[in-house]
Amino acid sequence: MGATTQLHVVTGKGGTGKTTVAAALAIALADQGQRVLLCEVEGRQGIAQLFDVPPLPYEERRIASGLGGGQVHALAIDPEAALLEYLDMYYHLGRAGKLLDRFGVVDFATTIAPGVRDVLLTGKAYEAARRKEDGRFVYDAVVMDAPPTGRITRFLNVNAEVAGLAKVGPVRKQADAIMDMLHSDTSRVHLVTVLEEMPVQETLDGVTELRLAGLPVGHVLVNLVRPALLSEASQQLLGTDGVEQAVADALEPSGVDAGHAPALVEEGHAHVARQHLQDAQHVLLDDADVPVHDLPWLSEGVDLGALFELAQTLRDGKVV
Amino acid sequence: MPGRPRTTPTRTTTPHYRGATGPSADALDVDALLADPGTQIVVCCGSGGVGKTTTSAALALRAAEQGRRVCVLTIDPARRLAQSMGLTELDNVPRPVAGVEGPGRLDAMMLDMKRTFDEVVEAHASADKARQILANPFYQALSSSFAGTQEYMAMEKLGQLHGEAAEHEDGWDLIVVDTPPSRSALDFLDAPERLSSLLDGRFIRLMLAPAKGPARLFGAGFGVITSMMNKLLGAQVLTDVQTFVAAFDTLFGGFRQRSEQTYALLQDPRTAFLVVAAPEASAMREASYFVERLAAERMPLAGLVVNRVSRTAVDDLGADEAAAASRRLAGGDATSTLAAELLCVHAERAQVREREERLVRRFRASHPTVPSARVAALATDVHDLDGLRIVGDLLAGRA
Ligand SMILES: Nc1ncnc2c1ncn2[C@@H]1O[C@H](COP(=O)(O)OP(=O)(O)OP(=O)(O)O)[C@@H](O)[C@H]1O
Ligand SMILES: Nc1ncnc2c1ncn2[C@@H]1O[C@H](COP(=O)(O)OP(=O)(O)O)[C@@H](O)[C@H]1O
Ligand SMILES: [Mg+2]
Ligand SMILES: [Mg+2]
Repeated sequence: MGATTQLHVVTGKGGTGKTTVAAALAIALADQGQRVLLCEVEGRQGIAQLFDVPPLPYEERRIASGLGGGQVHALAIDPEAALLEYLDMYYHLGRAGKLLDRFGVVDFATTIAPGVRDVLLTGKAYEAARRKEDGRFVYDAVVMDAPPTGRITRFLNVNAEVAGLAKVGPVRKQADAIMDMLHSDTSRVHLVTVLEEMPVQETLDGVTELRLAGLPVGHVLVNLVRPALLSEASQQLLGTDGVEQAVADALEPSGVDAGHAPALVEEGHAHVARQHLQDAQHVLLDDADVPVHDLPWLSEGVDLGALFELAQTLRDGKVV
Repeated sequence: MPGRPRTTPTRTTTPHYRGATGPSADALDVDALLADPGTQIVVCCGSGGVGKTTTSAALALRAAEQGRRVCVLTIDPARRLAQSMGLTELDNVPRPVAGVEGPGRLDAMMLDMKRTFDEVVEAHASADKARQILANPFYQALSSSFAGTQEYMAMEKLGQLHGEAAEHEDGWDLIVVDTPPSRSALDFLDAPERLSSLLDGRFIRLMLAPAKGPARLFGAGFGVITSMMNKLLGAQVLTDVQTFVAAFDTLFGGFRQRSEQTYALLQDPRTAFLVVAAPEASAMREASYFVERLAAERMPLAGLVVNRVSRTAVDDLGADEAAAASRRLAGGDATSTLAAELLCVHAERAQVREREERLVRRFRASHPTVPSARVAALATDVHDLDGLRIVGDLLAGRA
C-alpha cells in the first residue's frame, strides 16, 4: 500500500485495444509489486472475456498476480449498483434505496438524468482510489477501461455535466471532489490507437480536447504495430529491374517453386506500401507533442501470456 | 453488370489476387440484389468499425450507377469520405452526390441525431410546448447523450425518408441505411425499445400524476422519494423532471406508434439486411448473434459481408512452408536475403489469411444458408468515390 493512488484512464477508438491495453497496464503495475484495481464502466464484461473468467459481479476480486508480487483486482462498475451503494454509504438509505428502485427512480437517474451516470461511474473509481485501511491507501493504482475517445472528455468532465442538474447538494460536492482528482497529478489519460487514418485523427482530436478541458494526457499507446519484415537493403533491391528473375533464382535452394517469384515480389511491394502508411500515421503522432509508445501486433492473438508480454513493453517504454 | 468506363485509381500493386474474392455457389449476389426493383431498403448492420458506413456508401453508389434512384443515410462517416460525398452541410436532409456516373442518381445525408429529435418534437408538439421541451435539461441529455438515441433517430429518419420516397413519382426507389457505431450489433434492434420503455416507465408516469393515481396510493413512499431527490440534487431538479415529463407526455404515443411502423417496415420483404463483419473472432461472433436475431424477428437477411479480408498473391504456399523455406535461405547474399524476407512477408499474410478463413468456414458451417461476400482490405482507407467503386466491385465479386 502506497502513499498515493495513481489513476490511469485508458481510452481510444472502439476496437483498437482499450480493454487489452488497460489490462496490460494493470499487469505492468502489478509486476512492480503494486496492488491494482482494474475496472470497466460500460457493462460489457470485456475484462472477464479477456481473462476468460465468468462475468464479474459488482465486487472487487483478484484476477491476476504480477511477477513482482503485486496483484490485479477487477471490478465491473454498474451505475445502478453504484447509486444504491452511494446512497447507503452516505445516507444509510437501505430501505429508501429499495423504494427508489421500485419507483423507477434508479433507472431514470442512471439513464437520462444528465451526467448522473458518469458521476456514478467515475465516483466509484474515485472511492476506490481514496479508500484507506489502517491509514493507508488500499490500492496503489486504479486502471480504468474507459469509454471511447469520442466520449471521453465529456465523461471525465463530470463537473460540467452535472452543472445543469445539481447546483448544490452532495452530488455537486461529489462531482467537485472527482474533478479535483482527475485534474491532479495523480491522474493520467492514455489514448490507444492503431496506425490508420481515422483512429489517428480521432486520437489527435482527443488529445486537444482533453488538454482544453485541463485533463492530464499520459501516453498515446499505438497498438497493433506491424513489424517491418523487409530490411532497408531488401527494399532497395525490390525496386530494381529484373528483381523477379533474381528472386526466382534465389528461391532455388529454398525448395519453393521459382514460379512464385512475381507474386512474392508483389506481396513485398504491398508490404512496403503498408509500412509506409503506418509510418506516415506515426509521424502525425510524433509531431503531436505527447509521449508515444508502440505495442506490437501479436499474430497469435491475445491470451494471458500475451498480456504479460505487452505489460513488459509498457515497462520498457517507461509508460508506467 | 454494365461495362461502363471507369477511372481506375492508381494502386501500389496490380490486384490479381486470388482466394479472397470471386463468385461461388454460396456467394452473395450483390448486383442481383441491387437490380431487383423489389429491393427498396438495404440495411447494413454489424459491430463498430467493421465497415458498415463504407459498405453502405459503396452499395448506394453502385446501385445508383446501375440506374437506381438511391438515397443513402450514413451515420458518422469518416471525415474524408463525407467530404468526397459532399456531406459537408449538416442540414439533416439528403443532398445530391456529385460525380455519380451512369443513369441513376444518388442523394446522401449524414444523420444528425439531436436535430432529428428536435424536429420530431417540433413537428408533433405545439410551438409553445416544443420550446419548453427543447430547453429542458432532461430533454437535452436524452437527445444528445442517451445510449440508444442515435439508433432510435436512425429509425425515425428511415421512416421519414421512406415516407418521402413514396410521395413523389420519381422519388427514391432504394434507401440504403447505415447503422450507428454501436458497441454491439444488437443495440440497433434494442435501442428503440429501451428508449420507449424508459419514456413509458413507472417513474415518468408517476411524475405525471404526483397528486393523484399511483402516487397517492404510494403516499408516504412518494414523499420520501421527492424529499430525497431534493436533498441530493437540489429542488430545481424535480421541477425540471416534471416539466419535461408533462411537456413530453403528448408525444409518447406518437413515438411508440412510429417506432412500431418502422419495425414493421424492417420486417417487410422489400427490406434486405446485410450483416457486415471483420474477419475477427469477436466481430464474427456478433455477426452470428445478429443473423440469429434477425431470424427470430422475422427480418429479411440478404447475407453476410466479410470486410477487410487479407489477401495473398500465392494461394498454394502455406504459412509454415514459407517460414521453413525462408529459414533455409538464411545467411546468403543480398538477393538471397531478399527472397528469405519475402517468404517471411508471405508467411505472415498466409497465417492471417488461414486464420480468417477458418473463422469464415466456421460461420458458414453454423449458418449454411446465409450467402456471403468477401471484400479485400485495400491498401488505404476508402475515402473517395473511386475507392467506393472498388469496394462495390469487390462486394459484387467483380474485381
Ligand atoms: N497487440 C495486439 N496484438 C494482437 N491482437 C490484439 C492486440 N491488441 C488487441 N488485440 C485484439 O484486438 C481485438 C480488440 O481488442 P480490445 O477488445 O482490447 O479492444 P477495445 O478497444 O476494448 O474494443 P471495444 O471498443 O469493443 O471495447 C481483440 O480481439 C484483441 O484480442
Ligand atoms: N475494405 C476496406 N479496405 C480498406 N479500408 C477499409 C475497408 N473497409 C473499411 N475501411 C476503412 O475502415 C475504416 C472504418 O470503416 P467504416 O465504414 O467507417 O466502419 P463502421 O461504419 O463500421 O464503423 C474507414 O477508415 C474505412 O475507410
Ligand atoms: Mg473493450
Ligand atoms: Mg460508421
